[in-house]
Amino acid sequence: MTTLIWLLPLPPLLSFFAILLFTNKRKALSHGIAVGAAGLSWLGSMIIFMRALGVEEFGKHVFGSSINWLPTGSTWLKIGVQIDPLSAAVVFFVAWTVLAIFVYSIGYNNFGQPKGEHDVAGLPPHGATVTEHGHKHTVPSIEPMYSRFFAFISLFAFGMYTLVVSDNLLTLFVGWEIMGLCSYLLIGFWFGKPSARDAAVKAFMTTRIGDVFMLLGIAFVYSFTGSLSFSEIFKPEMLQALASTPAFFGLSAAGIIGLLLFIGTVGKSAQWPLHVWLPDAMEGPTPVSAMIHAATMVSAGVYMVIRMFPLISAGWTEGMPLNTTMSIIAFIGAFTALFAATIAVAQNDIKRVLAYSTISQLGFMIAALGIGAYVAATFHLVTHAFFKALLFLGSGSVIHGMEHGALHTGDHVDLQDMFNMGGLRKKMPITFWTFLIGGFALSGFPVLTAGFWSKDEIFAEAFGNGHLVVFVVLAVAAFLTAFYTMRQITLTFFGEPRTKAAEYASETPWTMTVPLIVLAVFAVGYGWVGIPEHFPGLGGLIPNWFHEFVGGTLTELPKAVEFSWVPLITSLCVALGGLFFGWLVYRKVKSPKQDFLQIPVLKNKWYFDEIYNFVFVKPASWIAEKFTSLYMDQTVIDGLLHSVARFSLFLGHAFRNYFDKPVINEFLGDGTGNVVKASGSGLRKIQAGRIQYYMVASVAVLVIFALLYYFLIGGM
Amino acid sequence: MQFIFDHILTLILFFPVLAAVVVLCLPKDNLKAIRWTALGASLVPFALTVLLWTQFKAGQPGFQFQEQYAWYAAIHSALHLGVDGLSLTMVLLTTLLTPLALLASFNITDRIKAYFMLFLFLETGMLGVFMALDLLIFFVFWEIGLVPMYFLINQWGSEKGEREIWKGIKVQSRNYASLKFIIYTMAGSLGLLLAIQLLGVLFNTYDLQTLYANWAALDPNGAMLHFFNRVLTVSTVKTIAFWAFVIAFAIKIPVWPFHTWLPDAHTEAPTAGSMILAGVLLKLGAYGFLRLVLPLYPAESARYAGWLAFLAVMAIVFGAFAAFGQKDFKRLVAYSSVNHMGFVVLGIAAAARASGTLNANIALNGAVLQMFNHGLSAAGMFFLVGVLYERTHTRNLDDFGGLFPLVPIYGGILIFTSLASLGLPGLNGFVSEFLVVRGSWPVLTLYTAVAMIGLLFTGAYILKGIKYVLHGPLNERWAHGEHKLTEINLREIIVMAPLMALILVIGIYPAWILDVINKAMMMLFH
Repeated sequence: MTTLIWLLPLPPLLSFFAILLFTNKRKALSHGIAVGAAGLSWLGSMIIFMRALGVEEFGKHVFGSSINWLPTGSTWLKIGVQIDPLSAAVVFFVAWTVLAIFVYSIGYNNFGQPKGEHDVAGLPPHGATVTEHGHKHTVPSIEPMYSRFFAFISLFAFGMYTLVVSDNLLTLFVGWEIMGLCSYLLIGFWFGKPSARDAAVKAFMTTRIGDVFMLLGIAFVYSFTGSLSFSEIFKPEMLQALASTPAFFGLSAAGIIGLLLFIGTVGKSAQWPLHVWLPDAMEGPTPVSAMIHAATMVSAGVYMVIRMFPLISAGWTEGMPLNTTMSIIAFIGAFTALFAATIAVAQNDIKRVLAYSTISQLGFMIAALGIGAYVAATFHLVTHAFFKALLFLGSGSVIHGMEHGALHTGDHVDLQDMFNMGGLRKKMPITFWTFLIGGFALSGFPVLTAGFWSKDEIFAEAFGNGHLVVFVVLAVAAFLTAFYTMRQITLTFFGEPRTKAAEYASETPWTMTVPLIVLAVFAVGYGWVGIPEHFPGLGGLIPNWFHEFVGGTLTELPKAVEFSWVPLITSLCVALGGLFFGWLVYRKVKSPKQDFLQIPVLKNKWYFDEIYNFVFVKPASWIAEKFTSLYMDQTVIDGLLHSVARFSLFLGHAFRNYFDKPVINEFLGDGTGNVVKASGSGLRKIQAGRIQYYMVASVAVLVIFALLYYFLIGGM
Repeated sequence: MQFIFDHILTLILFFPVLAAVVVLCLPKDNLKAIRWTALGASLVPFALTVLLWTQFKAGQPGFQFQEQYAWYAAIHSALHLGVDGLSLTMVLLTTLLTPLALLASFNITDRIKAYFMLFLFLETGMLGVFMALDLLIFFVFWEIGLVPMYFLINQWGSEKGEREIWKGIKVQSRNYASLKFIIYTMAGSLGLLLAIQLLGVLFNTYDLQTLYANWAALDPNGAMLHFFNRVLTVSTVKTIAFWAFVIAFAIKIPVWPFHTWLPDAHTEAPTAGSMILAGVLLKLGAYGFLRLVLPLYPAESARYAGWLAFLAVMAIVFGAFAAFGQKDFKRLVAYSSVNHMGFVVLGIAAAARASGTLNANIALNGAVLQMFNHGLSAAGMFFLVGVLYERTHTRNLDDFGGLFPLVPIYGGILIFTSLASLGLPGLNGFVSEFLVVRGSWPVLTLYTAVAMIGLLFTGAYILKGIKYVLHGPLNERWAHGEHKLTEINLREIIVMAPLMALILVIGIYPAWILDVINKAMMMLFH
């Protein structure tokens, strides 16, 4: 069993290398390998999931194994794999969504279509001209970097599987970062477009802010506990120690670690204030990367905080007031849920609406976890993954259908602007019905959809445990959610086509619609496994499997919250009310001018991009380009060095000109020379070579010495 | 065979010199013979090092494969060689990078005899530092390494470019850079030489192992020197000698604010020169810290660890900022070395502060592995910049753009190597940076936290490089005609292949090398 878990992430990784190194030129083979690898991992996941279901009290008998990885002194840092109820639930939805995306990508990247005449690597395909029955027309063309796309999404799948099966924070972080890399590569897949290139950098950098904090959190927990394995960290005595050791800012070690790790989630799951990257991430190849960023990777962030819940909540038990870290998490989550929903109502790009809706829904999960609703958060994570994947793939299908129409008619309009759509329900029936199901699940349409059950549970927990502020904020956000979802559905599918492209739109191939149908099944059916026991009418008919199963991950099974009518009625009102108003307002709207919600502050996302640009990006460039390189290094430090050099030159110059030359050379050197020379030439006169002079001189010397002797010595 | 085992270090050390002599005797017009002889010869020390690695017993304390020959008996200095896990790792790095650098130099045509000979001398110089167990020998090799590098930069460096020193006075960039490099290092060496002399005079030996013991045994409060009628205690003298060592090594690493020679030297050096400069020469400084400063001055190191950590963090943060601010691709990569070597110093500082603890051990593991990893990724990055420069004759990031479709293989390799430099988990840089952060967090919490700003901007400058070179709209200049950019060739791929393989292997399974490092660190700093 554990061998299978070890092997689970491997097929996509091999697929990545195989495609990149060997089959880059062979398109069919490339997608064959990629889909095959995803299929193998899917199969493995299902086997593991089924086996996990068969284990009594699985939370106490998890599958896992570990190996030594890093030698640290006389001990080793171990890494390993583990499947417990939480990861089993997550691996289930990962396997399904990943497989769905892989299959969908074949159709989305126009497999089987001709090559476009003007297509180049790095830009989206422009379409190809074909001649049929004597007349020319344009059809969608195949993606120029078709194989590379499958290589990247394979690596992405590897990252996600690695993250989920990890039994420790280190390999979790490895998977986490590999997904970050893939999101960079996929957002910037059409790197020839400056907007895509910049969006890729923005996504990577924004999430990296979270990642460096997370790295500190990992370092902290590792130095405190001496291990990174979840099972070691979550030992009761360890949690006790973590919760009772004060760290800084008045928080315990557990609180600080939880907060640091949570900042990682804020980046990865695009929570306020690090939410800015996700809407821009829609620059990637429409549905697939969008879905990767929105439905899978961002789930990883939430998964990580859910995973670390025992640490975050160390020392806290149900019913107690929230600790500081949990309060912060609840605040960020609830705030983000509402904040992003307000932006979503004013967006006209079909994918951007979904992007903000994702941010908002992730906020629901984060808020749920913050108030201690462990199972509810996980439940919403799973149902959201299904219906949001469905919605993103559906939006891609819509755009693809529109593209078909646009190429056919030569109508160059913004294919993602919902105001250019309309009436698509007749042109694209499968896409319409599945999108409707996804949209209703997102809105929390009562009883039928999975989204209702998971959202309702969050409301029940928030209300039942007395977190009224969170409850109200989330209720307002849920109302807006239903509202903008219905706005989206109405503008896209209802009414009459508003452009030629929409008029000639056509349904997408089966490789795209089948994944939609499969996901639609889960968007409805997955809710039934988590119906609360005391729900009026339906409760108890089907056992609340989800609560029992996932709740079993924790040492103590969390108590199911008592039933109350208040959250249920609220939930019904906001969902149905939002849907109704959304339809009522937008059924007649034809252009953005008639849309009363096109408020600049909402359209411009509360100006966060502009503020960040002014407060962080510009100053950072200034520090880098001017302060550090120019002023500090080249002016101050190099200036100092040059001054030393200059001083040395000056000193050398001074020594030469004021000491060497005048004193040594001229005075001592030349001076001595001159004296010798002068005395020489003076003496030369008496060295004329005539013997008579020498005679006279000798006599003179003798006389002088004789006189001296006589007077000086003889006189004594 | 037995002969080889008995003299393996000497063989590794002096084989390059032997090869240089052979190269000298070759006809100077036969470029092929010179290139292949030099390359072939440089593979011998590498093969011997691999053999050495397999024969090395990681768990055995002390130095292995020791050899000792009389050298300068009058002052008690001997040619004493030996390796432990620390030096072995560095020897491996050196003997691995030298053949790659030589292969990378196959495009050089100007005075190649002298060029290849200088490279081989350089290898001996570097290896000597890592193997020396005698302080004077250490110093001799330390200085020997400078000379070939000076000439490589000065004679084979980039021909373009001028640098204004002060108002109106301009010099050719490579002259400026090479002079700055050699003078700066020598200025640092001055104090080092004096401090080494002090030790030699005091104990009548330069033997490292003897000095470790004797130097530590001195009574810190005892009198040691008389200086203008004042008695200097042992601890005062040690502090002064400590700083002499530290400054010499800090310049070499280089630590902020002694780092400004580096961007100049790296940018002006020929491609292979930059590879070795970043790959190995910088490690000499860090090696000096680990081999000499920490063992000889544990108390002083612990006392001044905070200062060292401060400088390290400044290097990490401002190195990253400076790299981010560059327009010249090679300068960007050069500054990345300041950033990465900062982590080595941070690890060393943490280990100095918390000597003997598990934290120190982990920090040291990280620091040494980071030295090795940076050697791989920096050498690779400089080479890739060189590949591009050779084809385009420009390093200005604004001149590129959208090159990915033209050179997909080069692009893939560049992204891979850049990500290693960025510290992506799964590749080597992450393991070492993680260990350093883990080791220094409990010891130097605030410094580690601030260093994260540098880690963040590491991402910024790496992505900036990729963004300007590969991504964005294609600069049509390189798409057609005489300037058409050609794909990376087989020789160049062969240079990158071993680096990339090691980057990946260490990222996935670092234990094979880390085990050697870990045991060495445990025995050195227990």
